[in-house]
Amino acid sequence: MGKIKLLQGNEACAEGAVYAGCTFFAGYPITPSTEVAEFMAKRLPLIGGAFMQMEDEIAAMAAVIGGSLAGSKALTATSGPGFSLKQENMGFAMLTEVPCVIVNVMRGGPSTGVPTGPGQSDIMQCKWGTHGDHPAICLTPAYVQEIFSETVRAFNLSEKYRTPVTIAFDEIVGHMRERIEIPDSGVLPVVNRTKPTCPPSEYLPYDDSKGDIPPMANFFEGYRYHVTGLNHGTDGFPVNASPRIHTDELRLIRKVEGNKADIVKFEETQLEDAEVAIFAYGVSGRSAKTAVEAARKEGIKAGLFRPLTIWPFPEEQVAAISSRVKAIIVPELSLGQIIFEVDRCAKGRCKVEGIYRVDGDPINPAQILAKLKEVK
Amino acid sequence: MAFDYDQYIRGGKLPHIWCPGCTYGIVFKSLLRAVDTLKLNRDDIALVSGIGCASRLPGYVDFNTLHTTHGRALGFATGIKMAKPDKHVLVVSGDGDATAIGGNHFIHACRRNIDITVLVFNNFIYGMTGGQYSPTTPSGHLATTMPYGNIDPSFNIPELAKGAGASFVARGTAYHAAGLDKLIIEAMQHKGLSVVEIMNACPTTHGRRNKFKSPTDMLLWMKDTFIPAVAFDKLPPEKTVGKLPMGVLYKKEGLPEYCETYYGLVARLKQKEGRA
Ligand SMILES: Cc1ncc(C[n+]2csc(CCOP(=O)(O)OP(=O)(O)O)c2C)c(N)n1
Ligand code: SF4
Repeated sequence: MGKIKLLQGNEACAEGAVYAGCTFFAGYPITPSTEVAEFMAKRLPLIGGAFMQMEDEIAAMAAVIGGSLAGSKALTATSGPGFSLKQENMGFAMLTEVPCVIVNVMRGGPSTGVPTGPGQSDIMQCKWGTHGDHPAICLTPAYVQEIFSETVRAFNLSEKYRTPVTIAFDEIVGHMRERIEIPDSGVLPVVNRTKPTCPPSEYLPYDDSKGDIPPMANFFEGYRYHVTGLNHGTDGFPVNASPRIHTDELRLIRKVEGNKADIVKFEETQLEDAEVAIFAYGVSGRSAKTAVEAARKEGIKAGLFRPLTIWPFPEEQVAAISSRVKAIIVPELSLGQIIFEVDRCAKGRCKVEGIYRVDGDPINPAQILAKLKEVK
Repeated sequence: MAFDYDQYIRGGKLPHIWCPGCTYGIVFKSLLRAVDTLKLNRDDIALVSGIGCASRLPGYVDFNTLHTTHGRALGFATGIKMAKPDKHVLVVSGDGDATAIGGNHFIHACRRNIDITVLVFNNFIYGMTGGQYSPTTPSGHLATTMPYGNIDPSFNIPELAKGAGASFVARGTAYHAAGLDKLIIEAMQHKGLSVVEIMNACPTTHGRRNKFKSPTDMLLWMKDTFIPAVAFDKLPPEKTVGKLPMGVLYKKEGLPEYCETYYGLVARLKQKEGRA
């Protein structure tokens, strides 16, 4: 039996990171993510890890990549405007295949928006925020316990697939306190990056001849190699106008899209016989769960699909649901973002209707229930 | 015997991208000689850069090398150094990379006094993007984005570094290459953030637009302009007009170094825990 604690979502995120073996944090304070940094500032020195409050989010993201290259599991946490600032270097980590975890505790609005209110309007930024074609993994926990375990999973996926992983949850679950169990170490799996076993002279940091995820050497371990944000060959050095660029970009995307069975995670509630489905994540997923219970009591056959991995998008699952139900309802704290993905996968097989809210308050179960009644 | 550069160079990666007449090659060699003098283990060195012509240097040298995003080299380098404080971390950066887009990171690295050596290749211009003005472009000089002459006041990089808290500040030039070796050695031996501004010639995008008929003219300008700091300080003011000091400009030993302070705290906390 692990330790039982009453923790805030943000604190559970930091606990999860430490559980996963994170020993490096660099960040810049921003509401509503700051407690992640504050917790790490307290915790990391006690376990010999490095905590740094950098001059801004750009530097923090850079430091995280540096820390990871030097062999640490590294985390940064931010919200809206800070997440935008991190994007260029997140793209760098994707192309150079440096594992790291980025937490985005979502707030409302563009710009400074609603710093103390929840939002889900960065969800497209989690996928498309940086430039160029690239893979994206983004996890969307909704409960404090889940934030803990999904943070562990984020590190595992990041190390396994050599790619940055984003965890996006909203202000409400970030600040909510719930009773959670922190399992004893060894209970949850912890994955570490695969290191090369060849002699340094033969090491090719981006060698894809034996699979899509090349082993990763850390700096200072005898494998002197080059890392660049330019498209590169198997040896890590820039290549220009080469077929390699095309095939390597495809490999990067395949690393993620080709392993969806391992990466995509979701929870289904009463979907088997559902006539109307709800697609909801984060705090909206919590409201939706309550709404489904209430609807069932009133004889409405409602069900919920709650993704814990939003990128890569659970396309197959949504497609399957769309051929069984009359409608899919998508409540989200934006004016409609992820609904376009649901719609894309539903391909007209059922109605897709959104419930949107951007006033800094959550979508409550009653609002969802009303919509269920309307479309049933 | 002539110095054997091959032992440090990634042979297969040459030729380099630098233009004929560019002085970056001179500085590159100076850096290799300095590292050789210090007898450092190459596995223990990380060489980090941002984006620009200067920032392409790490690709050619057989260390742990990292070519990052424009202006952000110091952020990456700081992460590496904090994660592995016993390793040598070097940054090479252009004047634009270090003091325009990377200006914030530059001053904060100086303020922390983290033990990283920063070599700023100052060629007064944005070379890689074709000659736009930078924060160090001299007043009146022509640049593609200052077609009527530069009106922006410019940074004095050593003053900026010193003001921000760097504990070692030096200036060298590609013309005075032998002296440059010494400056890089001293900078690398210094515990704390060391900045070496290195004056460079970019004949391609700066010189030819600014009345330097040939790359040689640019080197001769360095020869005539830069005076050892000791001599410079003794000159009467009228004799320093148009001249600049070079050498070690500022050095303060014994200031707290960032990683030492942080890991000192870690050790104290551990001890306290052990006692409790
Ligand atoms: C975010 C971003 N903005 C702009 C650029 C374009 N860019 C590439 S190099 C450079 C300037 C380089 O000048 P400097 O740092 O002085 O180095 P030099 O090429 O002169 O050695 C610029 C603006 C970029 N790569 N990234
Ligand atoms: S553009 Fe200027 S700085 Fe860049 S390589 Fe050519 S001469 Fe050197």
